[in-house]
Amino acid sequence: MWDYTPTVKEHFLNPRNVGDIPDADAVGEVGSLACGDALKLYLKLDDDKDKIVDAKFQTFGCASAIASSSALTEMVKGKTLDEALAISNQDIAEFLGGLPEEKMHCSVMGQEALEVAIAKYRGHEVKPHDHDHDHGPAYPDQEGTIVCKCFGITDVFLKKVIETNKLTTAEQVTHFTKAGGGCGGCIPRIKELIAEVMGKQESEEPRKRPEKLSNMKKMQMIQEVLERDIRPLLWADGGDLELIDIDGPKVQVAFRKACAGCSSSGFTSRVVEQKLRDLVAEDIVVEEVAA
Amino acid sequence: MKEIYLDNNATTKVDEAVFEEMRPYFCELYGNPSSMHFFGGQVQQKVDEARKRVAALLGASPDEIIFTACGTESDNAAIRSALEVFPEKRHVITSRVEHPAVLTQCRNLTQKGYRVTEIGVDSEGQLDMAELKAAVDADTAIVSLMYANNETGVIFPIEEAAAIAKAKGVLFHTDAVQAVGKVPINLAASKIDLLSLSGHKLHAPKGIGVLYLRRGTPFRPFMVGGHQEKSRRAGTENAAAIIALGKACELAGQNMAIENTQVKALRDRLQTELMARIPHARINGGAAERLPNTLNIAFEFVEGEAILLLLNELGICASSGSACTSGSLEPSHVLRAMGVPFTCAHGSIRFSLSRYTTAGEIDTVIRELPPIIAHLRQMSPFGREFLKKQ
Ligand code: FES
Repeated sequence: MWDYTPTVKEHFLNPRNVGDIPDADAVGEVGSLACGDALKLYLKLDDDKDKIVDAKFQTFGCASAIASSSALTEMVKGKTLDEALAISNQDIAEFLGGLPEEKMHCSVMGQEALEVAIAKYRGHEVKPHDHDHDHGPAYPDQEGTIVCKCFGITDVFLKKVIETNKLTTAEQVTHFTKAGGGCGGCIPRIKELIAEVMGKQESEEPRKRPEKLSNMKKMQMIQEVLERDIRPLLWADGGDLELIDIDGPKVQVAFRKACAGCSSSGFTSRVVEQKLRDLVAEDIVVEEVAA
Repeated sequence: MKEIYLDNNATTKVDEAVFEEMRPYFCELYGNPSSMHFFGGQVQQKVDEARKRVAALLGASPDEIIFTACGTESDNAAIRSALEVFPEKRHVITSRVEHPAVLTQCRNLTQKGYRVTEIGVDSEGQLDMAELKAAVDADTAIVSLMYANNETGVIFPIEEAAAIAKAKGVLFHTDAVQAVGKVPINLAASKIDLLSLSGHKLHAPKGIGVLYLRRGTPFRPFMVGGHQEKSRRAGTENAAAIIALGKACELAGQNMAIENTQVKALRDRLQTELMARIPHARINGGAAERLPNTLNIAFEFVEGEAILLLLNELGICASSGSACTSGSLEPSHVLRAMGVPFTCAHGSIRFSLSRYTTAGEIDTVIRELPPIIAHLRQMSPFGREFLKKQ
């Protein structure tokens, strides 16, 4: 059972400002069905287009997502757009008397929807959001490259959240943004981003190909790389791979699930081969077998 | 507020008769069953009786019953033993939808250089038998597959799977924690070598489990020390819990028919009524053979934790396959493995009944749940779009 504060519970059970504003001045939408939470925020400005006079929301998500949205709409009313923009996800969490760390991403989602709404209102380009696809960008206005494929989260966004919330571990980043909470394939990159932002060295040494390997060790490393680096990536796309045999430099694999019979499995086996060459031994040749 | 407890796949109430049976073994008959004196001896007798009762429920012989601390210990012991008995074999087969007691252990094995094959399931949660057949080879030390799934209730064709393993001389283990007491099991006529069960899933207390070990099956103990359980599981017996489990197994045998008539009828009514009253719902694993007490139902456009907490406000205890309740962010690995679309997986709820569930309780859920889903859909941007299109 999640440990929610009375304020979170109150805003979940009796959410304020649910609904839409048909003639809203600004609308911001983040998240998707696939991600498990989404928020659509509507803002109405006064005649001078200066202050927010009304705010409403629609939320798909857990109790803290609903409570965060409700809190946000209460917080922005009466504020100017610039004042509203100053609201951080920490402020939302504080308004609610705190959120469990695992649920901080709900407050981030609220703050993000607000930014999107205001950016759109001010005419900054925001790519249209499409929530029919599985995992598209969760925060579609964000520039940058997607780091977490599972939740569609970009490096620019991650850096911002790491910086504002002073996050130091990949686990925290997952709690705050969801990135890394799926297949986990993006965790190494998240660690790099933490190191970049927080100006610290990555706790783990970057992995390098070893100089010399016994046969036994080599076989172990091949298995390790497949399990740790390759299979999670394939799982994310509904695929899988099985190691069939290792004979000298020859590594035989069979593709399973979505990867079996996939027209790009040839490409996938080249990716596997490259990864094994980078991390285990230069001479590895990956062969796809039908087994 | 009286609670309506529909989370029996998580744990069950201890039967009053079971509790009465164990009660004297705390403050009065507290002897150590291993002691030579009469005071321990009378406990030993009661432990032996419990062993017979457990064996009777499983169609096993009493010397094939090893008492453990829980289902997880039994699962761990089974797989570890197989790997120690056959050190040259480096392959383990399991399924993608196992309980973490098996899955986590197997995934850890890959770090130790073992090859682990996780057999997939179809969209109904049923095991891919062709994949299983193809996976068993001379290098396989053990096949470990659950009897019935804890989340969906889907029952695997476990005898057929055991036959596939045995045909190639491979040990076969089943985690039957959810199945024991709900479906008839006769190990005498079975090819299963090892089976795990857990007391608290069948109205015995928490902290007691069993590993069934077919006579003649090679075995290396997980816990070593004293000579308890014929040196197959060291450590002073949890006598009171063992005695309770014996009684619970006896009762489970007597009540098996109720599970498959009364409990099943209530489950089916819950299912039919919810499906009729709530559009855009689906039964996860609904087309497969399922445990009589389990209903896993998905509601599109809403999220499971929110449903669960609103039910909780009404005293209704259920469980969710949604990511948010488990602290992980992806929907349950079982629903993912079944390829349940994300749109449904996030809003999946599990109701698991027991022989204590009443018709009145089911009526309450049938009455209360539809407005909860409607309320959340009204709030959800996707739900509103969908309602508009209606
Ligand atoms: S890519 Fe980030 S969790 Fe899968």
